[in-house]
Amino acid sequence: MKHSFIDEYSELDSLIHKLDPRTKLVVALAFVIAVVLTPITSWQAFISYFCVIVVSLVLSKLPLFYVLKRSLVVFPFVLMIALFIPFFKQGEVAGSYNIGLWQVSVTYSGLLVLANVVIKAWLCILSLILLSSTTKLADLLKGLQQFRVPQVIVLILSFMYRYIFVLADEVMRMKQARDSRNFGGRRLHQLKAIGNMIGTLFIRSYERGERVYAAMIARGFDGEVRTMRTLSFGRADAYFGIAFVLALIIPGVLWW
Amino acid sequence: MEKTVEIVDLSFTYPDGHRGLERVSLGIYSGENVAVIGPNGAGKSTLLLHLNGILRNNGAVRICGLPVQEKNLREMRRKVGLVFQDPEDQLFSLSVFDDVAFGPVNMGYAEAEVKQRVDRALEWVSMMGYGERSSHHLSLGEKKRIAIATVLSLDPDVLALDEPTSNLDPRSKWALIGLLKKLPMTKIIATHDLEMVRILCQRTVVLDGGRVVADGKTSDILGDVALLRAHGLAPSDD
Repeated sequence: MKHSFIDEYSELDSLIHKLDPRTKLVVALAFVIAVVLTPITSWQAFISYFCVIVVSLVLSKLPLFYVLKRSLVVFPFVLMIALFIPFFKQGEVAGSYNIGLWQVSVTYSGLLVLANVVIKAWLCILSLILLSSTTKLADLLKGLQQFRVPQVIVLILSFMYRYIFVLADEVMRMKQARDSRNFGGRRLHQLKAIGNMIGTLFIRSYERGERVYAAMIARGFDGEVRTMRTLSFGRADAYFGIAFVLALIIPGVLWW
Repeated sequence: MEKTVEIVDLSFTYPDGHRGLERVSLGIYSGENVAVIGPNGAGKSTLLLHLNGILRNNGAVRICGLPVQEKNLREMRRKVGLVFQDPEDQLFSLSVFDDVAFGPVNMGYAEAEVKQRVDRALEWVSMMGYGERSSHHLSLGEKKRIAIATVLSLDPDVLALDEPTSNLDPRSKWALIGLLKKLPMTKIIATHDLEMVRILCQRTVVLDGGRVVADGKTSDILGDVALLRAHGLAPSDD
């Protein structure tokens, strides 16, 4: 069965792909923090952040269209939260419209908040797409592990990524089996069938969990997670890390 | 000759009261290939789970002379390689390498040795170079091979396989049988696949309702149509 991956392009070969996942994690985190903490009024800083991320994207050889498409994912959430702010925020009125009985006015400070949220969210999501598309999830998890993220969390993420496709396949098969038996039918009846499917899926997952655990203890698992350290922090990591962080700091120094 | 696996009077009842095994006694010598056949629910898988102490009944099972008990579990799990029926359960890591390395890493071997063991295990099952692949995207035949590699990396004395050929297409099935034939360790194979039994196993044990109902040379047992019929392993007359 074919599924789209969250790390679909992680097999490409580029400067960014070759970096140690830990470098990428730190740099992505630094980028997000810098973007979030920069006030929206210093727009020059955002231009430079944008340049930094574009340069990194180009270096990574990811298809730009793919990145753009993926980055759109964030907009429904952001817009749902922020779209109405310009109408409610107090301040200097930018425009006022009469729609029937209602008078709607938009304020400058409200628009600024909207721009703030949209631009920051978009830049952050770009950096995260860059991180997750250039790193195999297995490596990313190894990186997290070495940063002392609790083992349980790393393990849960790894199981999730391993079995989400198995589950998706199972759902697909159940759907096919259902559709080949109940063609149409009333809404209520269908809802009931869906409820049953969810229940069955839960029980099957639970039982699979038990079998996986048996397979783990059969190979000597005793509750302690042991791993081999196979990551290596190279010279390229140091150069990239320093260059990236400098690029983040420069606008702050120039325009303050 | 010393028995590699010795089971004396093993009974097991599941927590829900369902009787899994009843007074099973079985001795298997080093290097033997033994098939455990029987209808669904006969207790084949339950028996295999007792071999390395996932289910245990203290003292009833001995591997290489050592009783399967709490204090020996680590040793048991190195000595007995248990391959589960669904490779999707056995392969839970994000890469083939991690899965094959899981046992050796748990045993606390040094990194170089782990790598060497993984390479050797993958070579046994002719899957060299698959280390970095993710197991979800392999074919079922490949998954079954990797599942076997995950226990071969521990150098087990006994290989216990649960339905190794189930759901395989003929080509993958014959390739797997060829692979199993090549492996020198003692093998216990729970299966319905009488074709494979005939080729691979000199000895066959018939299990039904948790009891051993027959134990003998494969040719004798598979030749006894009345016995096979009585336990649902051959089509009935009418």
